[in-house]
Parts: sequence; structure tokens; C-alpha cells
Amino acid sequence: MSSATLATGGAAPRAERPRRKAGKGAANQLLGVLGIIGFLATWELIPRLGLIDERFLPPASEVIAALVVDFGLTAFWIAVAETMKAWFLGLLMAVAAAVLLGFIIGSSDFLRKATNSTVEFLRPIPSVALIPLAVLLFGVKIESSLLLIVYASFWQVLIQVLYGVADVDMLANNTAKSYGLGTMARIRYVVFPTALPYLMTGVRLAAAVALVLAITAELVIGSPGLGREIALAQSGGAISGMYALVLATGLIGVLINMLMRRIEKRILGWHSSIRSEVIV
Amino acid sequence: MKHLRNAGYILGLPVLLVLVWWSSTLGAVNFFVPKPADLVETFGEVWFGDRFFSDVLPSLARLVVGVSVAILIGVVGGILIGSIRWLRALLEPTLEFFRAIPPPVLVPVLMLLMGITDSMKVMVIISGCVWPVLLNTIEGVRAVDPVLSDSAHTYGISGRARIRYLVLPSASPQIMAGVRQSLSLGLILMVISEMFASSSGLGFTIVQFQRSFAIPEMWSGIVVLGLLGVAMSFIFQWAERNILRWYHGQKEVENAA
Amino acid sequence: MQPDPIQGNTEATLSVRGLKKVYQTDGGDVEAVRNLTFDLRSGELACLVGPSGSGKTTLLKCISGLMAPTEGEVLLDGKPVTGPPKKMAVVFQEYGRSLFPWMRVRDNVELPLKNQGVPKAERDRLVDGALEAVGLSNVPRSYPWQLSGGMQQRVAIARAIAYQPEVLLMDEPFAAVDAQTRADLEDLIRVVWKKLGVTILFVTHDIDESVYLGERVIILSSSPTVIQEDIRIDLPEDRDQLNTRSLPRFTELRHHVYEQIQLAKKGHRPAAASSGEETQLKGQHAG
Repeated sequence: MSSATLATGGAAPRAERPRRKAGKGAANQLLGVLGIIGFLATWELIPRLGLIDERFLPPASEVIAALVVDFGLTAFWIAVAETMKAWFLGLLMAVAAAVLLGFIIGSSDFLRKATNSTVEFLRPIPSVALIPLAVLLFGVKIESSLLLIVYASFWQVLIQVLYGVADVDMLANNTAKSYGLGTMARIRYVVFPTALPYLMTGVRLAAAVALVLAITAELVIGSPGLGREIALAQSGGAISGMYALVLATGLIGVLINMLMRRIEKRILGWHSSIRSEVIV
Repeated sequence: MKHLRNAGYILGLPVLLVLVWWSSTLGAVNFFVPKPADLVETFGEVWFGDRFFSDVLPSLARLVVGVSVAILIGVVGGILIGSIRWLRALLEPTLEFFRAIPPPVLVPVLMLLMGITDSMKVMVIISGCVWPVLLNTIEGVRAVDPVLSDSAHTYGISGRARIRYLVLPSASPQIMAGVRQSLSLGLILMVISEMFASSSGLGFTIVQFQRSFAIPEMWSGIVVLGLLGVAMSFIFQWAERNILRWYHGQKEVENAA
Repeated sequence: MQPDPIQGNTEATLSVRGLKKVYQTDGGDVEAVRNLTFDLRSGELACLVGPSGSGKTTLLKCISGLMAPTEGEVLLDGKPVTGPPKKMAVVFQEYGRSLFPWMRVRDNVELPLKNQGVPKAERDRLVDGALEAVGLSNVPRSYPWQLSGGMQQRVAIARAIAYQPEVLLMDEPFAAVDAQTRADLEDLIRVVWKKLGVTILFVTHDIDESVYLGERVIILSSSPTVIQEDIRIDLPEDRDQLNTRSLPRFTELRHHVYEQIQLAKKGHRPAAASSGEETQLKGQHAG
């Protein structure tokens, strides 16, 4: 058919819609700040109006003041450092183990099939089930935290790496065969770039999980860190202090999320799309 | 033959692992590691008796109630916030902060506010599990295809019908991803709330065993939690496969192209 | 060339009056459509062609009530359009994104009727009829994504037909299907149009398609858009892909439209553009 189609006509409708991103972004940020202020104001008012007893929920201003005081205390920063140490070491061990095992298992069809049932069985076991074991083995030392963190984070990364390598397999079969690439070239140009976005997704998810488990271990077992400080503040009746520490853990959570997103963006800057989580 | 090989793949490694465990406990008695046979025996004794009704069922009930309420709040709230642009801009940073707070710290907070009660434990589960569902739903609602939205609009599908036929199904893949996170979080929070502040329930019982150095019993408790996790995961996968059949089908077609 | 001025405010089904659309952006205002005025008589099949970026989609969104014009108005049966009207159906270019992927073909076609509260028996009749008309009676249980692109677009057309609109708007509906399917679908549109007597406004960037399909072709200028020319297509009523396209008159018309589009792309504007209003309706003699 000899249609006299006008050039680029097909893509026209998309391009016709002008964008107005920047201005909206600023307005949205303003609204977001307003939202936070509104939340803090509500929090301030609830105890002040006596809706909840001030002894149980101190007003926001008091808690923020307590947090500011905390910022000046060495003990606070030591607790933060303990938590971050457990978080980082646990995450590192989990990622290292998961990457190693993931690539080994993923690259062999036999291993993938043979380990599938075991992985599917071990993965959903809640890592907090290991708390009693951790206490028996390590007591209140950092190793207790690490056991929980590594167990929980490991599966997040492993699953993603397995997905990534499986993705490579199809691609590799199709491209490497037709171009006759060697093993090294294949790893360099096909396996690594394809699996990387999956790995990064896994690491990002694992980073959030690792923080949750670090705080859990400190809270429940009593290994050193912010979680233990929260439990101590609560049982000692330092209520504003407890809320301040809760805020601090939230801030750490936000910082970790931002950090991981930035790292992901940095590493995958060349990649067409940063993947969102796959439903596995 | 094919079935046999598949069975081999599924059972091979687990059988191997149990054999290793069995043979390594044959000789010297390790205080921390019970023999497989002992564990099985203990498991039956400990969990198939009164404890099933006094500890396991109440824990499960709290978990189910907590997670269900969290999913309900998350989906309804997410659709509301996701549909109203200014509301989303207003609340998103605050919600992101709440999501970033590690949920276990809610245990001491809620204990303070509500005392050590059943509703406190349910509340811990709700307030921890609501965020993944809520934020994923907002994301899903926001990502409704503009062309599909226009189509629905031109056919006069608005209000309730729009949510029922367009928004909810369109956001369902993200919602299910959130639900999955919530389920595993819910199990964790159930255990923690019982370990931290309780006189009954699975978490409490397991810690009791550990404190009294009843090692096989402790292990059997860990196994119960593991089985619970596995069962929840299987139920979820089954539900997800059914709810998102269209989604997986579509993805398959897209990937094949 | 003797373009036939189209009159007919009297029996106009769809009237576009002095339509103007300005987008407000951070980089200042962007005037997408300057001044458009035209009427569609009841039962007419008109094609709207224009260079890319000529505001075709903007225009269609204003007509369908999805977007409010900055100035001017759209009248359907004399009543101003403020939101998507009941008597109008739209078929979009992106077939893959305009059908509900979680619903089977039949449910997709049925949904708008169900939403209108049409009784079940009536609904079944309309849906069966529409699926039959587009040649899809055999796949009601499939999901849209299981079908080829052309078949998906047929589902979208069936959904529009079942809705029994007075006016059917089509936004480059065949731009994303392969050439052979496109020819089939073009013929399908002619058949459906004749059978149902529906008024169709068919937006396209394909000159051949506009001449082959339309009883009338409205050519748009480049942005900010006005009407470049409005011509009647005096080809025989019965058209088929082989014979119609080889008629000398087809070639002439195609040539003429092509020329006008080229002029439009170069920024040439009809003399009447700046003074606006009804003047474009009289058409103009080019070439």
C-alpha cells in the first residue's frame, strides 16, 4: 500500500501535549512541606487538648526538643553507630553470599531446579523465628543482630539475582549464539549488565529489611543500638526520649532509602529504566 | 518419567539436608541441635495439644485481623489519596516517613499508649502493615493508563464504577506487591509483639522455651513459625495467581513479542 | 479542483464554533489551536488531516469533552459539550491501552452499556450485534491482549458501536496497525458507517486514508491551528481498495490534499486565518 504518510505523524499525539513539570514540582514540594507541618501541628495539639494523656504522648515540640538534645549526646551517636554497623555488616554479608550463590545457582539449569523447592521453603520463614537461637548462640552481642539481618536480607537479594541471571539466559541464548561471543565477553557484555538492575533492586529492598531487623534485634534481644535505647527509654519512663529515638529511626530509614535510590540511579544511569519491584 | 524427575528436583535437596542433619547428630550429643526424630516427637507433643488453642490460634487470629484491616485501610486510603492530586502531594512525604520507621519500634510505643492488650498487638500489626499497601496503592492509582482513563471517561464511567472497573483492577498488581510485603511484615510483628509484651502466643511460648533451655521445644517453635510463613506464602501465591491472571498473561505476551 | 463549501448549520449534529486552546506552561502560553469552526451534518463521514503537531489530538479532546477549550464551544445537537456526552464514542489510536486488559472481549464491549443501566437482554443483543459487525463473534471469551493489534482495534470499534453513539470520533485509529489490517479496517469503517448512519469524525495523518474514507476532508494548518481547507470528496459511494484507489479522481484529490499539507507544513496559512470566524467555511481554491 502506498500511503503518503506524513513523517513522524504516528507519534504526534504524545508530543502535542506540552509539559508543565517544573512549576508543579515546586508546588508539590510546598504541599509536602505543608503536610509535614500539618502532621506535626496535629501531633502537638492532641496531647495539648488532652485527647491523649501527655505522659503517654508528649507534644511534638517536646519530642523534637528531646531529639535535638540527643543530637548533642555522644551516647546517642554511639547507639546510631552500633545500629548502622550491624546494618552495614549484615547487608554486606547477605549481598556477598547472595550474589555468589545466586550466580552459581542461576547459571546452571540443574542447580536452579534442584534448589527451587528449598529456596521457596526457607525464604518465607520469618527471621524473627531465629531470635531464640540467636540469643542462645550469641547473647546480646552484635552477632545476634547479624544473624537476623543476614537471614532476612539474603533471600531478597538471592531471589533478584536468580531472576536477573534467568533473564540473561534467554538473552544470551538469543544474542551470544548469533554473534558467537566468548565466555569472558559474554559475562562482560551480557550477563553483568542484564543482571545488574535486578541486583540493585534486591540490594535496595534488602537495605530496608536489614534496618528493620537491626532495630528488632536491639529491641527484643537487647544487642547494642538504637532499638535497645528505645526499650530502655520506655521501661525507664523517659517518654519524650523514646519518641525522639523513634523519630531518629524513621530519619535513618528515610536516609537509607534516599541513599539506596541515589546509588541505584548512579549505577544504572545508563540503563533505560530503573526497574520497579517484580512481584515474585 | 518426567514426573519422577520433577519429584527428584523437588525432594532431592531437602532429603539430602535432612540426611546430613541426621548423620551429624548420630554421634556426640550437641546441646543446641536436637536429633530429627526427637524434634518430630517434640513437635507433636508441644503443638498438637492445648497449646494449639491457647497460643497458636489466638496468635493466628490477631495476625489475620491485623493484616486484613491493614490491607483494607491501605487500599481504601490509597485509592482516595492516589485519586486526589493535591492530597497526594500534601501527604506523600509524611507517609514516606512513616513507611521508613522500622515497624518494630511501634511495639514499645503502642504498649505505652494502649497497655499490654490484644488490641495493642493487633494495632501493632495494623500500623506496621498498612504502609506498604497504602503507598503501593497510591503508586498504582497514579499509574492508571491515561488512555484507558480517557476511554472510561468518554463512556461515562465515573465515580464508583470508575473505581470498581478501572482504578482498582489497574492498581491491583502494585496492591498485591504491597500485600506481599505486608504479610511477611505482619508475621514478624506478631512474633515481636508477643516476645516483647505478652503472656501467651507463639512468640511468647518460643521465648519461654529458650529461657528454660528447652532446646527441642524451642526448635519446634521455630519450625511452627517457619511452616506458618511457608503456608502464608503459598496462600498468597495462589491468590495472586488468580487475581492477577490477566496481568501475568499480558506480561507473557509482551515478553514474547 | 472544485471544493464544495459545506453549509448546513441547520441540520448540524456536531458544531465546532471558534474553538481555541491555549496550554499554560512554565515556558509561557502555547497556542495549540487558534480558531476552528466547522459543522458535521448528521450521518456525515469527515476526515481531519493535518501535519504532525497540528493539534489534531487537542481538537479531538475538546470535541469529546475530555478537555475544556480556552475559547469557543462545541455543540452536539445544539447543546454545548461540557463533559463526555452520552451520544458520543471515541476510538483511540492506542488500542492496546484503551481496552481493559483484565476483562474479556465481551465484557469490554458490554461495560459501557452495563454502566448505563441497559437491561441484560438488550445489552446482549447490542453486544452480539456489535461483535458480529466487526467480525469478532468467535472470540468473546478471549482477553484483548491475546488478540492481534488489528483485532484489538476491532474490539474497540465494537465497543463504540454497541454504545450506539450519534457521533463517533476516531483518533488515528489505524496508525499503529500493519498495512493490510489497516485496509481491512478502513473498509470496515465504511461498512459500519453506511449500516448505522452514524456521524463519524475520523482524524488521521494519512492522506490516502483520508481521501479513501471520507465524504469530506478537513485539512488543518500547522500549529496554531486553523482550517487550511475543507473539501468534498466526490468519489463514488461504493469504494474498494483496488478500484477506488486507482481512479484518476482519487489521484487528483490525493494530490490536492498532499499539496495543501505541504503548504501547511511550510507555514502557509489561509488568507482568512487571522480574521477567523466563519470565513473558512467558504473554502478556498488552491492550485
